[in-house]
Amino acid sequence: MEHAISLFVRSIFADNMIFAFFLGMCSYLAVSKTVKTSLGLGVAVTFVLLITLPVNYLLQVYVLNPLNLSYLSFILFIAVIAAIVQIVEMVVEKFSPSLYASLGIFLPLIAVNCAIMGGSLFMQQRILLDPENVKAIANIGDAFAYALGSGIGWLMAIVCLAGIREKMEYNDVPKPLQGLGITFITVGLMALAFMCFSGLKI
Amino acid sequence: MLSQKTKDTLLGPLNINNPVVVQVLGICSALAVTVQLKPALVMGIAVTIIVAMANVIISLIRNTIPMRIRIIIQLVVVAALVTLVSEILKAFAFDVAMQLSVYLGLIITNCILMGRLEAFAMTNNAWDSFLDGLGNGFGYAWILVAVAFVRELFGSGSLLGFKVIPDSWYAAGYENCGMMMMPAMALILVGCIIWAHRAINDKEGK
Repeated sequence: MEHAISLFVRSIFADNMIFAFFLGMCSYLAVSKTVKTSLGLGVAVTFVLLITLPVNYLLQVYVLNPLNLSYLSFILFIAVIAAIVQIVEMVVEKFSPSLYASLGIFLPLIAVNCAIMGGSLFMQQRILLDPENVKAIANIGDAFAYALGSGIGWLMAIVCLAGIREKMEYNDVPKPLQGLGITFITVGLMALAFMCFSGLKI
Repeated sequence: MLSQKTKDTLLGPLNINNPVVVQVLGICSALAVTVQLKPALVMGIAVTIIVAMANVIISLIRNTIPMRIRIIIQLVVVAALVTLVSEILKAFAFDVAMQLSVYLGLIITNCILMGRLEAFAMTNNAWDSFLDGLGNGFGYAWILVAVAFVRELFGSGSLLGFKVIPDSWYAAGYENCGMMMMPAMALILVGCIIWAHRAINDKEGK
């Protein structure tokens, strides 16, 4: 339990998906124009991570490892992710039309979001680690904690950036730097700030 | 020798339509593998090969793919190619494969692939798609190499693992810039490349 909590906190701050590994950058930069839509995308990413990562964990441990089929993991993981995104989309549409209206456009995008696939691939590496290691994922509970932490870390990062970009509308940025250029530099500065968490010991 | 259209397909992505700095595709891996020149080079080549091959395959079967499930089909084709490349790298260049770690697998979700497959290969013939894949792959690779060049030169004073900065400089008080090794600097460098790229191209446009 202690291990899962430590994993959860570390994956939000020290191992943040955006600032430490640059995962999910494409949609991170494209959708972070307003706080409202970025919150929607963040929630959707967290939700999909929370389902796909434990499923992929079970597949890796109980199917791929015993059969020595790890080299098929790329195809299997992406198929699971694409299928689950599709199912989530249909379920949400059926049972909660209001949530679907707010998340709807983002859900199909998530299948190709690197944060989801990256989460599964990191999980695959972390299974092999020594269980004493703070980064190790040793059971299904850890997989949930890691998924939730990574999702919340991503959500926090995109909402922060959207907040800054909303304020930056009023700033006088040099013309060629406007838009994309200054966004990159802003994210770089945010990543510098987040580095102070890298020495965090829990 | 080449017609104007073929030329545009092949050379456009190198500058005017660069996938990284103009279309903002494939940023994740562009930033993560650029601490040193060697992994960046390998990554650039791997992506070029995979984009070109995937473009050809999808373009050949484009008329038989049902529209509703095309994304899944594209993903499976790409995943199969990435698996091939990663197995080959593990066999012949194990240390580079380890340095690239998960980012090799993340080529599957690299937006350049999906972007080109959707926007180009679904509507064009195999030869044009192949050229488009090559062009975009090179456009992606040169940005990677440029960022990795700066980061390795200033961050660890070497290029491709060979020492470039002479020892006498270190003796005279020169120090490697530790900042360059950090993830944050990759973002700032790409930001600067975009800045320069826009400044130059806007001037030409006017």
